[in-house]
Amino acid sequence: MVRRSLAQLAVAVVVAAACVQPGAAPAGQQQTATAAATAQPPKEVLIGAVYPLTGALAPTGVDLKNGIELAVELINSGRPDIDLPLLKDGGGLKNLGGAKLKLVFADSAGDPAKGQAETERLITSEKVAVMTGAFQSAVTATASQAAERLQVPFVNAESSSPTLVARDFKWFFRSTPDDSMFAENFFQFLDDAATRFPGKVAKKVVILHTDDLFGSDVNKFVRQFAEKYKYEVVSSVAYKLTAPDLTSEIQRLKASGAPILIEASYLADATLAIRTMKQQDVNFQAVLAMDAGFVDTKFIPNVGKDAEFMLTREVWAKDLGTRKPIVKQVNDIFRAKYGTDMTGSSARAFTGIFVIADAINRARSIDAVKIQEALKQTNIPASQIVMPWEGIQFDARGQNTKGRGIMVQIQGGEYVTVWPLELASKPLIWPMPEWTKR
Amino acid sequence: MDIVAQTVASGVLLGLILALSAAGLTLIWGVMDVVNFAHGDFLMLGMYASFFGWAVLGLHPLAAVPGVVVVLGAFGVLVYLAVIRPVLRGSVLAQIFATFGLGILLRGVAQFAFSADYRQIGDSSFATGSFAVGPVHLGIPQTIAALGALVVSGLLFALLDRTTVGTALRATAEDRRAAELMGIDTGRMFALSWAVGAGCVGAAAGLLATYFPIFPDVGAVFGLLAFVTVALGGFGSVGGAMLAGILIGVITSVAGLVFDPAYKFTVAYLLYLVVLVLRPQGLLGRA
Repeated sequence: MVRRSLAQLAVAVVVAAACVQPGAAPAGQQQTATAAATAQPPKEVLIGAVYPLTGALAPTGVDLKNGIELAVELINSGRPDIDLPLLKDGGGLKNLGGAKLKLVFADSAGDPAKGQAETERLITSEKVAVMTGAFQSAVTATASQAAERLQVPFVNAESSSPTLVARDFKWFFRSTPDDSMFAENFFQFLDDAATRFPGKVAKKVVILHTDDLFGSDVNKFVRQFAEKYKYEVVSSVAYKLTAPDLTSEIQRLKASGAPILIEASYLADATLAIRTMKQQDVNFQAVLAMDAGFVDTKFIPNVGKDAEFMLTREVWAKDLGTRKPIVKQVNDIFRAKYGTDMTGSSARAFTGIFVIADAINRARSIDAVKIQEALKQTNIPASQIVMPWEGIQFDARGQNTKGRGIMVQIQGGEYVTVWPLELASKPLIWPMPEWTKR
Repeated sequence: MDIVAQTVASGVLLGLILALSAAGLTLIWGVMDVVNFAHGDFLMLGMYASFFGWAVLGLHPLAAVPGVVVVLGAFGVLVYLAVIRPVLRGSVLAQIFATFGLGILLRGVAQFAFSADYRQIGDSSFATGSFAVGPVHLGIPQTIAALGALVVSGLLFALLDRTTVGTALRATAEDRRAAELMGIDTGRMFALSWAVGAGCVGAAAGLLATYFPIFPDVGAVFGLLAFVTVALGGFGSVGGAMLAGILIGVITSVAGLVFDPAYKFTVAYLLYLVVLVLRPQGLLGRA
């Protein structure tokens, strides 16, 4: 009896050992083996995308998803009438025999741990060739860690924390400029405003920010550049994202006495903050917002007339289309398909897909190492992107060095580009009228 | 000084809403010894009900409050019959999981049915209107909501204190067996406690919806605070919930002024811990 059980056990162990895959080869190498084994280029190239599709940032997640899906649709179908990379090639990736892109989405739910887990799943189970994501810098940080470990390229199109490129990663590439560059843009803008409105631009600012990675970084960089450009930061007020009431925070801003407010908030908290400011009659010369909630598609509908005159740094604006026709072309298609205009988020996510597709096409392969090499050689000119950048070219840290921000002001319920002056479509209004005087 | 006055005033207004929603929660706990972890999500449903009343039927959100109370009350009974009553036979852990799972389900269904978009009940001039009392500016919808909370709480007190049904409820809360022996149908009392408890949450939701954004996860914003309020005030004590609600509202508000606002809730939670250690049954709970 015992001998038979032992024999059965031995057989089971041997069978199990035979079934187990030897080692844990990085996904990249596995793909090399597969690619080498099959001489045929793949019909489909899988791109993994991890975004907050549920949770507090879900509306933004949907917007990003739309941008990405549109990009993939345009590339797969080909559009000879639009001057974007690959679109004149007749559909699909030309150097891979017309292979089509296929997106595999995963939900981060806004949580860094979940984002990382989902990235691992996309790479190891779904076998995506390249990863993209994740909007929130905190989630991108962990998700790209997984990609770095598994040696798969991670192209980040919308996260703005500068710490993301300070990690010495080899597989991380970011097309969007970061909060450090944007913070500097604020002060360049203020200096220009001071020459336009001499004596009316104060030198004291106060900062209101969320207490997450995004907000803390904004605080850090604004303080850094304030010193460089000789502005005084009177105080920084941090608040929790889920706070149901912002009275104490707004009263602190009032107590600081600074005439210029710099704000880093998401949609619900931005709405709450502005309403509280109005109710409690707290006034500023200007509110300079760092993107995020202030550029959400629901921001102006929710806040209504109270959003008027607010300034936000933006990465993109619809009225760039007056100086750059492809912006209008693409936005019209987006609007026809999804019912709203593009935003800086969807426009950047859209552009990110082109960076990925362009690199895979030049790599002529879905091998991770070849795609990584191709990404390093990326050089897309300004005329072929829907962004106000001077182009896309990555430095040794993986950062696109040719990006820049713009400042938009809400005038008449629309975002109007007011800076840099050569891209402005309308003049700046300064200062913001007081609440009681509107 | 103006700034402190403003902060305290806003804290009281918020605290009253918190108190009302906590009152509903503590009632259910008191009568049934069941903690409704889906409480925040009931609030969310109530807010959506108010929103659709406005969007589809054109009802002013204040006018919709009685309707939302009834809808949520009915929903509370439904939850009791379908989810809670069967699970009462099980372990306490099963009861916790049941309401917790219900909360997650409600959130998922809401996101699926209504999308993740943030809704706001239109007319922003009402939502941002304010009037001044000396140096203090009070938001109009917040003040109306706080007054509404006072009224509903008053009605709740009257129900519990002055009516036979209320006495029966309190009897069931005190001692279930004794109540049964006195001829009180405890099954009916349980259902009623859910109806009234959920109705209170509905009232709070309807009042909040006049100025607060509505989205599937809004329950998380108020849910945890409601639990702390109930625990601070004393499980089962409606008066305690009211007192604790106002306290938490004022304390978090003032803490945001004195300390870094990012830690203002920490102060409230710390206070709760201190009370727990010194007086575990809460401020007004029964020992």
